[in-house]
Amino acid sequence: MDVRRPLGALRSPLRSPLLRPTLVRHSAAALAALLALYVLTTSAAPYRNLEIAHAAYLTCAVAGLTVLTGLGGQISLGHGAFMAVGAYTAALVIAHWGWPLAAVLAAAAGVTALAGVVVGAVAARLEGPYLAGATLAFAVGLPGLANYEHLSGVLGGQNGLTVAPPVPPARLGETFPLERWQAWISCLGAVLTLFLLANLTSGRFGRTLRASRDDEIAAALSGVRVARLRIAATVVSAACAGLGGGLLAVVATLAAPGAFPLTLSLQLIAAVIIGGLGSLAGAVWGALILVYVPTWASDAASSSGLSHNVASNLPLAIYGLVLIAVTLAFPRGLQGGLRDVGGAAARRVRSRARTSRARDDTPGLPATHPGGADEASTDDAGARPDDGGDGAGGRGERLRR
Amino acid sequence: MTAVTALAAAASGCGGDGGDDSSSAPGVTATTVTIGSHQPLTGPAAPGYSANSAASKAFFDYVNANGGVHGRKIVYKYVDDAYNPTQTVGVVQKLVLQDKVFAIFNGLGTPTHSKVVDYLNAQRVPDLFVASGCGCWDEPGKHPHTFGWQVDYIREGKILGDHVKKAFPGKKVAYFSQNDDFGQDGVKGLDKYIPKDQVVSRQTYQPGNTDVGAQVQAIAQAKADVVVLFSIPTYTALFRLAALKLNYKPTFVVSNVGSDPITLTGLLESFAKQGGAQVKGNPLIQGMVTDGYLSATGDTGNSWTALFRKIHGQYIPKLPFNNNVVYGMSVAYTFVQALQAAGANPTRAGVVQALEKSRFGGPGLVPFAYSKDSHAGYTGARIGTIKGDLIAPEGQPLTTDDGDGPIQPYTAPQPQAPANGIPPAG
Amino acid sequence: MVRFVNLTLAGITSGAVFAAVALALVLIWRATRIVNFAQGGMLMFTTFLAWSVIDHGGSYWLALGTALASGLVLGAVLERVVVRPVESKPPLNAVIVTLGLYVLLQAAAGMIWGDTPHSYPPAFTIRGLSVAGERLLLSPFDLFVIGAVAAVMVALTLLFVRTDLGLRLRAAAFAPEIARLQGVRVGRMLTLGWALAALVGSLAGVLVAPSVFVGPAQFDAMLVFGFTAAVIGGLDSPAGAVVGGLLLGCALSYVSGYVSSDLVTFGALAALITVLMVRPNGLFAASAGRRV
Repeated sequence: MDVRRPLGALRSPLRSPLLRPTLVRHSAAALAALLALYVLTTSAAPYRNLEIAHAAYLTCAVAGLTVLTGLGGQISLGHGAFMAVGAYTAALVIAHWGWPLAAVLAAAAGVTALAGVVVGAVAARLEGPYLAGATLAFAVGLPGLANYEHLSGVLGGQNGLTVAPPVPPARLGETFPLERWQAWISCLGAVLTLFLLANLTSGRFGRTLRASRDDEIAAALSGVRVARLRIAATVVSAACAGLGGGLLAVVATLAAPGAFPLTLSLQLIAAVIIGGLGSLAGAVWGALILVYVPTWASDAASSSGLSHNVASNLPLAIYGLVLIAVTLAFPRGLQGGLRDVGGAAARRVRSRARTSRARDDTPGLPATHPGGADEASTDDAGARPDDGGDGAGGRGERLRR
Repeated sequence: MTAVTALAAAASGCGGDGGDDSSSAPGVTATTVTIGSHQPLTGPAAPGYSANSAASKAFFDYVNANGGVHGRKIVYKYVDDAYNPTQTVGVVQKLVLQDKVFAIFNGLGTPTHSKVVDYLNAQRVPDLFVASGCGCWDEPGKHPHTFGWQVDYIREGKILGDHVKKAFPGKKVAYFSQNDDFGQDGVKGLDKYIPKDQVVSRQTYQPGNTDVGAQVQAIAQAKADVVVLFSIPTYTALFRLAALKLNYKPTFVVSNVGSDPITLTGLLESFAKQGGAQVKGNPLIQGMVTDGYLSATGDTGNSWTALFRKIHGQYIPKLPFNNNVVYGMSVAYTFVQALQAAGANPTRAGVVQALEKSRFGGPGLVPFAYSKDSHAGYTGARIGTIKGDLIAPEGQPLTTDDGDGPIQPYTAPQPQAPANGIPPAG
Repeated sequence: MVRFVNLTLAGITSGAVFAAVALALVLIWRATRIVNFAQGGMLMFTTFLAWSVIDHGGSYWLALGTALASGLVLGAVLERVVVRPVESKPPLNAVIVTLGLYVLLQAAAGMIWGDTPHSYPPAFTIRGLSVAGERLLLSPFDLFVIGAVAAVMVALTLLFVRTDLGLRLRAAAFAPEIARLQGVRVGRMLTLGWALAALVGSLAGVLVAPSVFVGPAQFDAMLVFGFTAAVIGGLDSPAGAVVGGLLLGCALSYVSGYVSSDLVTFGALAALITVLMVRPNGLFAASAGRRV
């Protein structure tokens, strides 16, 4: 797996893309994930399916953001606004043209990608907190447009738009639950997103992106057009968030300004960090936390018999505590923490039988995560916790601000 | 794959609900009736509204402590949606699918609740007494399971507009309204009565943006004599403060939602002390014209206020006794009435039918519109003026429709609260 | 003309508060290179404490003192307990920890004081001053707000430029290794930086409280606009924070008055992008050159 070597960045891929072992591995992982999700969704009760659907569309957005922020080194506090673009696009397309679902979602991703071009062009010039500030203003400012009197006719103003729920195909039978269908759509979107991103980031795009993040000048000297690359990363990331937003419109059957508050954007970046910056598997963990922690906390609060004020705010408090505790306990995210554990175990095994040098590490899905990449644990503080496909650990990884 | 299918069949088997026609409707057991709600308990919409659900809960607890409804206790699960429609959808689906509630009760907000109405009706879950005055809950053809409760904003706008037209003929009028259906519907109602050329300025505000100086200044510059506010209490108070700053002294006409004297006094008390005036209540809100469809908080002689004050003192003494508390208890009262009317073995369809046939007399001053053809709630309100810290009523309660129908006085007296506080069965 | 003057005055007053929040953010950025998202929650919490003092019969000035003192303590404690462990970690971890703190503080305030907003008294009357028979959107209290923020800016500038302590604070922030060799206790300086920032933030909270009321979610916009102002001014510059705050305040007031109040947040975005396109590191960036 030459992509794992630091010099891999300078080497052009010689083999046919179809034979690339990463592609084969990612395909296998994607298929395994789809199978696992099929079993999961068909055995789960309707509400569980909806939770899975929510987690899946969030996964799309978080995965896109982890590519931009983790590999590209560009923070975005405005991905909720991209989701809004995707959701409104889907809602409008469904309401006015009634396209088939796949086309609706493609439109959501496509229109958001266009928005990504604009935002990327602005963002490519900015760094660190200035980028954070600009994207934060984007997250706050954009959904407000729906209220503007000249747009509110189309966008539904403060109330937003209601989306007709998708209809399961007739061949699945009349009693096929809508919730499962929504989960399938959403999961398919998430797996597809992860599959595409895994291949994209383990290829040349990912290498140059990491290179430009780690050392902008060196990357520029070796022929990388840094500004253009950053715009491309923003576009990819926006498209994923747009797809996530489109799926939100299909699963939650709505697009409304109130659905995309600043909190959503901040939750997305929190999911990226908590899952493990730059790790696609971490994106899944992050999305799961976003969906399940508030639910659990709210169940705990409602069954606690506390006073009104305390019970109302308890879920919020638990959520805040989880953010702090996980970040302090796992500075490199849950995925990084898992990898440390897995890496330690692997080292123990290897020290007993030093036979195989084959190290397996998939930037794909939790189901296919054998916990390799032990070298990642050598990253010290300040080094960027990275995705599985990255072997450039250590050198030149200081985040530059 | 066979194993998977078997597993799936088993799982979906456990998920099946009881069905509507059996006597044991979802959420109803021999000893309990479970209902659910989505409420903004945290976040920007929480101020003012988070007390509603606590008050409803207190009333249900009171009913449960006094024998319940047909021997069943009401279990009220209200869940925070932070006024975020995505969360509303998640919360409501959880209540319906997992907690298997009998009905959704008093879900709060138009942008939020409008996203679950289709779902609830597709699932045939009674969607009772939505906490919003949008006219959109009254669509029995499209949404047979959804019922409004509070007077809708168009009716309210008509009644306030009629009053402005009659009480301030030829005066300059300005509007200050929230930029959503609350403000827009209210203005629609106002415009049916106030002549267009009398309206000199129409300003809106966006909740969350507390700087309303620009709007107030525009209205002051237009020299409006009367300002009609379709605003929530915080923005009524912000408008009042900006007017104080500009020494602008129009007559204020404020919608029911934004005029609770207790809440406004709380928001403005620090500024009233500055004025040094020693009148009862806050000098800054004296003389505000408003409307109400429930018993006033300060009306000590009213049997409903007395009942609610008693329950408040017993169950939620820490929350201020304001319009929201009266609202929460009143709507809970109507729910208990509906459940009583649905009989000893309530079904989802049964409660809807009972409501359509109902002639409830309740905490309100005017009747409900409930029938086969209308699922609108209270049909009108009574004009009042803030004097001290209570609202002094003026004239008869008025009723109207949400179209171009006339405004008519309603002469029947408000019924007395039952002695034990629980609506009689049947 | 009256309208323009009034919109400008309203903009300056709200801008002064944005400036104070921006100053707090700038102080923490200079001390620890962290954008403190908890600032909104911290100033909300200290303002609630001040409100409690007033609610129990304390005077305005006692309440102000309480807010400032609790700000100092809160800033120092949070830096020591929660922020210190992530200071050496990737900067985004600090962002998430401060976000978590913000959520936690908001929940705590909701638990203790409830969600109903409360009235907070102004130090002086809010009745506008009259000039040539026209009431202006500028009151003695607004003048107090503007004066207080100006005084803080001057004091901070003096502290950083003229005092030994200021020198040590700057050294600890910009060159911790060298500072340590020179005998500066860097850790203590960072704690002090946070405490100072929280102090300024708590002042901002008390200043803005009369016009937004006191509630767990009432100060959310302060953080957004304060951060925007800091970015416009340049995060390394206290003067930039003040200028950024005033510019933003006026811009928002004009958008609200002349365009549409629905577009205020969008106006903030437009103002920010316009500035950053010309000066990617804010108006008062120390060096325009790109750091690599």
